Amino acid sequence: MSNVLILADFVGGKASKTNAELATAGARIGEVTAVVLAPVGQGATYASSLNRGPISKIVVVESESFATHGVAAAADVLAQIIGTQSPAAVLIASHAFGKEVAARTAVKANSGIITDAVDVAADGTATQLVFGGSTTVHSKVSHGTPIITVRPNSIDANVADSAPAIETLSLQVADASKKATVTSSQPPVQGGRPELTEANIVVSGGRGTNGDFAAVEGFADSLGAAVGASRAATDAGWYPHSYQVGQTGKTVSPQLYVACGISGAIQHRAGMQTSKSIVVVNKDPEAPLFEIADFGVIGDLFAVLPQATEGVKAHKS
Amino acid sequence: MKIAVCVKQVPDSWAEKKMVNGVLDRENVDAVLNDLDEYAVEEALRIAEAHGGNEEGGSNTVTVISMGPERATEAVRKALSMGANDAILVTDAKLAGADALATSAVLAAVIAAGSYDLIICGTESTDARMSVVPAMLAERLNAAQLTFASKVTVDPAASKVSITRVTEAGVDEMHGQFPAVISVVEKINEPRYPSFKGIMAAKKKIIESKDLASVGATVDGAWSLVADATPRPPRAAGIKVTDEGTGGTQLVSFLAEKKLI
Repeated sequence: MSNVLILADFVGGKASKTNAELATAGARIGEVTAVVLAPVGQGATYASSLNRGPISKIVVVESESFATHGVAAAADVLAQIIGTQSPAAVLIASHAFGKEVAARTAVKANSGIITDAVDVAADGTATQLVFGGSTTVHSKVSHGTPIITVRPNSIDANVADSAPAIETLSLQVADASKKATVTSSQPPVQGGRPELTEANIVVSGGRGTNGDFAAVEGFADSLGAAVGASRAATDAGWYPHSYQVGQTGKTVSPQLYVACGISGAIQHRAGMQTSKSIVVVNKDPEAPLFEIADFGVIGDLFAVLPQATEGVKAHKS
Repeated sequence: MKIAVCVKQVPDSWAEKKMVNGVLDRENVDAVLNDLDEYAVEEALRIAEAHGGNEEGGSNTVTVISMGPERATEAVRKALSMGANDAILVTDAKLAGADALATSAVLAAVIAAGSYDLIICGTESTDARMSVVPAMLAERLNAAQLTFASKVTVDPAASKVSITRVTEAGVDEMHGQFPAVISVVEKINEPRYPSFKGIMAAKKKIIESKDLASVGATVDGAWSLVADATPRPPRAAGIKVTDEGTGGTQLVSFLAEKKLI
């Protein structure tokens, strides 16, 4: 049976839930080997947190370069492993780091690349939703080892416990991959909320908040949701730019997207219209986003959201 | 310093996009300079202005580099009207439907021939949205990859660039030596509007046209192929209620009924 590599995804030294999604997609093509890139002395700890999904084997490479030389160091080692293992495909999480590692790896391995797949079939065909989710595309890498980045939260993961065999590889990062140096790293400030692109529920605020996100945040917290914002809200400085959902911001595809005080310009839709369920709260009955809402409330978000927040809390207790 | 800015002409964000024979139909839509590249042009000009300028007699040049059909001159001209010195546009029928690997190979060949110190890009194009070309350029040019920058500081005397990298993984401080490939995030600056003087001056600026042969790059088609592209059915509107005091409660009932809570 052929071998598929997944680049294991870690957040703060812990395996993220995206790994089980990558492994689930990978297992359709072949036996999954997870590549763990860890700081020196941490390989075993990193690997042991990778305990969900159909992972047959883990290979660990330890190097301080992964922290100090980032994308280039990761791509360097991943390309070396591709060279020795000749996998049928390589699957990587589709975030900024993952896409950049995929980009450099594709160049090194002389291989085609597909990004932002929402599904991967047994023959390596990737499904993408393009043009703001308005078009479904099926495509396939036709040259070299398919390098495919998979959007978090897109694949129904098999999360069965796994206890894969662990092998440590001794590989060096070439000097050519040390041209950029990271001198300090701060994790994102999240206030305990889930990461926007990985969250099952996203509650976003727009112009209608008038700069007051308390009601939006309160509702998000009652649901255990991530908070997003429209471009109007981030441009006004009401919410940090990194939380912007839309064409020039993040693309999210949660189970539930709640848009509060967002009229729904095409740029915003492009970042959220593949959400499974959409709820819209807006004072303006003509807001275009109502056209794609599964449930819409015409009303003042400062009245509707606090009531809904209490309702959710009551439902959960 | 020799600064290169990579730009792309893309279909207007507001235009309806269609696939024809597996590639984006670029002919029948309004085309504009990629929004996110305007930040790259602005940042290049600011870096030049902070270190001796790029006017005649200044110590820097800002060159716009693009690949695309002939009509991409419009987008290139816009970057020139903002204040870039000159431009190189690679146009070749063989590049129709080129993927990111081919694009980066062509851009890298042009950049390598010009020995630029800094190569500045937007983080992504608003049509393909892959965010991979800057990283590919760094790999191909053996340059420092300083991408997703929200702040760029250049020390020309030391040939050094420092950036603040902002992604969903957090905030990194990074640096590297020339040559460096930098991609800048939206909101790193406020791109200037071309002045009337700038627009007039841009008409006289040189856009050098090149084809694949003169660039010295070979491209053997796209390495990923589209099997099919289907427009998704539009989402139908669902239930809509007007809040008369129980809107929040009705919302919660909907969520509970759909097992979303």
